Amino acid sequence: MARAALPGRLNWQLGRVVDTIQQTHRAKSLVLDLPNWPGHRAGQHVDIRLTSDDGYQAQRGYSIASAPEDDGVTLTVDRLEGGEVSPYLTDVVEPGDEIEVRGPIGGYFVWDASLSGPLLLISGGSGIVPMRAMLRHWAAAHPPVQVRLLHSARSLDDVIYRDELMRLAAFDEADVRIALTRVWPEGWRGHRGRIDREFLLGAAWAAKDQPRIYVCGPTGFVEAAAAALVENGQRPETIKTERFGPTAG
Amino acid sequence: MTYLLDGNAIAGDLFAAFGREMTDVVGKCRNCGTASVVAELCVYARAPGAVARCPICDAVVMVVVTIGGECHVHLPALELQEPA
Amino acid sequence: MSPISRGFLGHRHSGGDPSRLPPGQHLTNGFPVLSAGPTPRTPLPEWSFTIDGVVKEAVSWRWEEFLALPAEQITVDIHCVTKWTKLDTSWRGVSLDTLLQSVETDAQYLTAWCDGGYTTNLAVDDVADGKAWVAYEYDGGPVHPEHGGPARLLVPHLYFWKSAKWVRGLRLTPVDEPGFWETYGYHNHGDPWLEQRYQGD
Repeated sequence: MARAALPGRLNWQLGRVVDTIQQTHRAKSLVLDLPNWPGHRAGQHVDIRLTSDDGYQAQRGYSIASAPEDDGVTLTVDRLEGGEVSPYLTDVVEPGDEIEVRGPIGGYFVWDASLSGPLLLISGGSGIVPMRAMLRHWAAAHPPVQVRLLHSARSLDDVIYRDELMRLAAFDEADVRIALTRVWPEGWRGHRGRIDREFLLGAAWAAKDQPRIYVCGPTGFVEAAAAALVENGQRPETIKTERFGPTAG
Repeated sequence: MTYLLDGNAIAGDLFAAFGREMTDVVGKCRNCGTASVVAELCVYARAPGAVARCPICDAVVMVVVTIGGECHVHLPALELQEPA
Repeated sequence: MSPISRGFLGHRHSGGDPSRLPPGQHLTNGFPVLSAGPTPRTPLPEWSFTIDGVVKEAVSWRWEEFLALPAEQITVDIHCVTKWTKLDTSWRGVSLDTLLQSVETDAQYLTAWCDGGYTTNLAVDDVADGKAWVAYEYDGGPVHPEHGGPARLLVPHLYFWKSAKWVRGLRLTPVDEPGFWETYGYHNHGDPWLEQRYQGD
């Protein structure tokens, strides 16, 4: 799979929604057909732009949930109550609608199957979206690299792509561990509570194994996880972070 | 702290302003000398513009203001290094 | 020219008297929080408000002294340059007329400076004669740190970036010195009714 060329200009193009998939009660995926899409790398994102009839515009960034090998470009939107953009994308947008998109964007929080491993992905909430792209790329490219996802969610119902993750965990070289912070099913054998230093000590590869680490989620989650990893002996230069959060009033 | 993001949040605007991907470019803070990749700068994007601060000393190192659809990038305290 | 996104309304709210909306603004029922940096948390025993610069003698008040100054209850509309307007916001604070009476100065300009390093510049004319306050109460309670507490500048006839949060003093200046956003391309004056958002507007 050739690495996507970085264009010299980042132009807005019109993408058509070809499918929508409700992932959880709050998260919905939109599959876009973008005729001028140059390809992308797992971990990259797009900016989308909405325009109302009085000329008002709103712009937001969304991680690409699909792998470079997948058809179309998939975005997964976490619906924020009272938000200006996310409720529009989850409640109003339907197949056939067009959305202005600019991308792919990102040269830091990216993973290619050509990179050495093992690959450690740590996510909280909607931070799982770019991890899904990385996992799907991993599954499609079959590199000789072990991958482990450590994901934190409030409840099992809040785990986006839950079924897909379970299918992925069936691979020998893939491992998925879920931490549930608020409520868990009876007999739950996954982690109970937040991802903390102790959990990471047991769940992450040791620093001597030289894992390549990506952490994504709300700012507080990312800072706590990155700090815990470093306290556990991981080298800071092996950790890449991406913080999610609201970007406009 | 709730509104704190990082350089990834303004990556599109930076690409538009510089004509190339900027998240993996190293910038040195003129206030404390710390070298960070742009993606790791502390960014406050909920403002009349985006304000990027040094993750170590908190100095304002970069300000991005969009005027009439054009992104203007100011570098009050960031020395961008040429990417390898 | 971007195509219209079917059914996208933004934060548009109907209702309210349209004559109270400056050009390009829309109404909000919330109170968006915008910030250029982390929220400062100065403990009240360490807080003071100072007027200095081109003055005969600088003056400074500690928190308790500031609260003892004559204060006013005001209700004003506020307009942010990011296009939201909030009507009928109620505040309690000390008028800048009261504060500036404590100093002798010929200066025509001032720079408001704040915890966290933010600054904004204003003409003395723009803050005199009942046009500005240092507010420490919003909607009947202390101003929340996110909204600029313990005290913020309130200059409602200009775009809200001039209503500096976490204000700690005014420096009277002989010339007009652009503050933070003014340096980065925003309009030096900022009258929402003339839509003075950016330099050159």
